[in-house]
Amino acid sequence: MPSHSPALGSPFDAPPPALSPVLPRNRLLPRALRLAATAMFALLVAACSERGAPWQLTNVSGHLPDLQFSLTGDDGKPIDASAFKGRTTLVYFGYTHCPDVCPETMARLMQVLTKLPSKDAEQVRILFISVDPARDTPQLLRDYVGAFDPQHARGLTGSDRQIESLARRYRVAYQMEKRDPKGNYEVTHSSAVYIFDAQGHARLLATDHDSPDAIAHDLRRIVEGDA
Amino acid sequence: MNRQTTTLRSICAAALGMSLAFALATTAAEAAETVHASNAWVRWLPNKLPAAGYVTLTNSGDKPVDLDLDHVTSPDYGSVMLHQTVSNGSTSQMEMVDKATVPAHGVLKIAPGGYHFMLEDAKRKIAPGDTVHLRLKFSDGTTLDTPFAVKSPAEAQ
Repeated sequence: MPSHSPALGSPFDAPPPALSPVLPRNRLLPRALRLAATAMFALLVAACSERGAPWQLTNVSGHLPDLQFSLTGDDGKPIDASAFKGRTTLVYFGYTHCPDVCPETMARLMQVLTKLPSKDAEQVRILFISVDPARDTPQLLRDYVGAFDPQHARGLTGSDRQIESLARRYRVAYQMEKRDPKGNYEVTHSSAVYIFDAQGHARLLATDHDSPDAIAHDLRRIVEGDA
Repeated sequence: MNRQTTTLRSICAAALGMSLAFALATTAAEAAETVHASNAWVRWLPNKLPAAGYVTLTNSGDKPVDLDLDHVTSPDYGSVMLHQTVSNGSTSQMEMVDKATVPAHGVLKIAPGGYHFMLEDAKRKIAPGDTVHLRLKFSDGTTLDTPFAVKSPAEAQ
């Protein structure tokens, strides 16, 4: 049985959708979002047909590239994925001016950590990667993730180009919305959490439909090295 | 004749006034007991970032009641808007809400992942453990001055 059907290969072999998050008025973006959503759906279908012990979350092993990035840490210094080698890493793309979904997702991940044995929780790092680098300075991100959990959570930002290429790598869709009269704006974005194992391999995808219990259950298996 | 008319007018006016006052009083009394707020809280974020306010509104009356979204105010925030998070497959976005109804004998949950009051321009330093107030106005003319508990962001509801 093939790991995924040939028909499902096409969204992944096709060039990544042209995301241009720096341009609020880019009319191509709804199409890019749809493409990304289609890719995500195909990914879910492919993952669900995988063999092996069942996971409660979506198994993306072999379907997404290893954890790799070159960004700026919340201390203002350059940082790459090697800083998290040996850690189980939960990667979430969000932004600080997002009052509902982003903090709710982070709060849910906090709940997940409390459900793990403490030796396992120690191995986990939560990377909050900004899709709004224009507003999210390292200092703001540091305060933000620190308000949740300074021990496990790290905020990462970068240039528009760095964020864009990382989003493309993990097929994350995001899009700046129109500015309001005060110049504020929202960012439509993917709400999934990517789980990478200690070797940096992409393993699971958690969505806002997955309960903290389900995430904790599978995360524990990843931390403890279950294939 | 004139005098009779005047007397009649006075009686009518008095009767009308009384019935009107009675009607208003009854409406206000009934309406005041119609919508209740519970589980009101704000998820605090640092650095004056926009925060989200959540509340459960319960309508014990026989008629649906709308939140008057143009007149939701707060002594603690310069701007209060009702937003809705809309999930669209793998992405989610926020949308301004024009209308929110508390159904008759029903509940409107303003809760994470759905509706939230977006609270901006804090008028004072607000921190977890504080209480802030929102004045919720409704289509039946009533107002609820609701205390919201400010919680640390890591606390889920």
